[in-house]
Amino acid sequence: MTTDIRSHAAEAKHTRADATAALLRELVAHLRKNRTQLREEWARRITESKLLTAMTREEIFAEATSVYDNYVEVLETGSVEALQAYARNLSERIIPRGVETHEVLGIVLLLRDVLARSLFKKYQADFGLLNAVLDAYEPAANRIANTVAVGFVQERERIIRQQQEAIRELSTPVLQVRDRLLILPIIGVIDSLRARQLTEQLLRGIRANRAKVVVVDITGVPSVDATVANHLVQTVDASRLMGANVIVTGLSSEIAQTLVTIGVDLSKINAVGDLQGGIEEAERLLGYSVTMPEPKPSEVKA
Amino acid sequence: MRVPILKQSQYVIASIQSALSDEELLQLRDDLARDVGKHRSRGVIIDVTVLDVMDSFAVRTLRAIAHMIRLRGAETVIVGIQPEVAFAMVQLGLTLEDITTALDLEEGLACLNRQGAAGARHVQ
Repeated sequence: MTTDIRSHAAEAKHTRADATAALLRELVAHLRKNRTQLREEWARRITESKLLTAMTREEIFAEATSVYDNYVEVLETGSVEALQAYARNLSERIIPRGVETHEVLGIVLLLRDVLARSLFKKYQADFGLLNAVLDAYEPAANRIANTVAVGFVQERERIIRQQQEAIRELSTPVLQVRDRLLILPIIGVIDSLRARQLTEQLLRGIRANRAKVVVVDITGVPSVDATVANHLVQTVDASRLMGANVIVTGLSSEIAQTLVTIGVDLSKINAVGDLQGGIEEAERLLGYSVTMPEPKPSEVKA
Repeated sequence: MRVPILKQSQYVIASIQSALSDEELLQLRDDLARDVGKHRSRGVIIDVTVLDVMDSFAVRTLRAIAHMIRLRGAETVIVGIQPEVAFAMVQLGLTLEDITTALDLEEGLACLNRQGAAGARHVQ
């Protein structure tokens, strides 16, 4: 008895799935047949809604064509892998041109709309059939919109990550200004990851340039909290283990106040007011002395 | 393997050749304490360039060696700490505060010479 019911249910499910598949096939055939007209309608709607303004009409039409074909293909096969790859590829091409997330999502939803309208028109005589068609169409269309949007956002995030990486690498130069004297100007916010990279780069620089004194300039660091201060202390300690003295410069009065208020132990840090002072102190430590050349008699006369 | 200890004018140089076990570290400590007296040295250089790991025992022993050498009337300089090792040590809070460190052997010798020239036998 139970098995009977179960098999009935399975059968019903099976026939329903079959019916959906058949409807989808019919739907795809319809969309293929009306490809030119629907595509044009869609391109018109895109222009009308002032989406993709960064692209020319021809480009929009070309992209619309390939999106349309991909869309119909996904409806037919139900596999989103190809679409995922296409969405990634499309995002890669259009993100540098300044296309926004709402535009991408907007055009996909427009296409969904255009196609749904064409289905309404075709099946308007038979309400039951229209319902069945929409049952088949809507989930597939939603999945497509979802895939494209996710692909676009992921691509954007990938680009952002890449750029962060680039900024990080650019923003921690270790510069040699004199024999055995390095400067490390820090600009921007320091977080744990950056502090670590910074320290590693500095230590490598100390070994490569055989540095004895390092001036760390933090004029460009907007705020310093306990974590950043501890990172600084660690950098100083690690440099000392490599045999280099560290001078920290550019501590603003606000930062100095904050550090004293939060009670960071800065006794190990050799601080000098500004970068110029820091370099002068470093030169003193290294035994350099900078003197102005004597003016020539001819120059004195003039 | 025993760490070779070389005499170089007024100084002795312990040049570590491979990663050391705890026993070997203690052996190094005893050897150095003995050789400083034997050679009447004014300074000791311990070269750790080849070490790519320094655990807390190694750091503690190095510090003990430095303190011991000071009691024997000489100065210790630890040279050749690698960037990665320095970073790891600081993360672990092992900063060798009162011990002199230098980039490499050459710097270490220069450091001892400076201290000798100043006539100082105490740590700055």
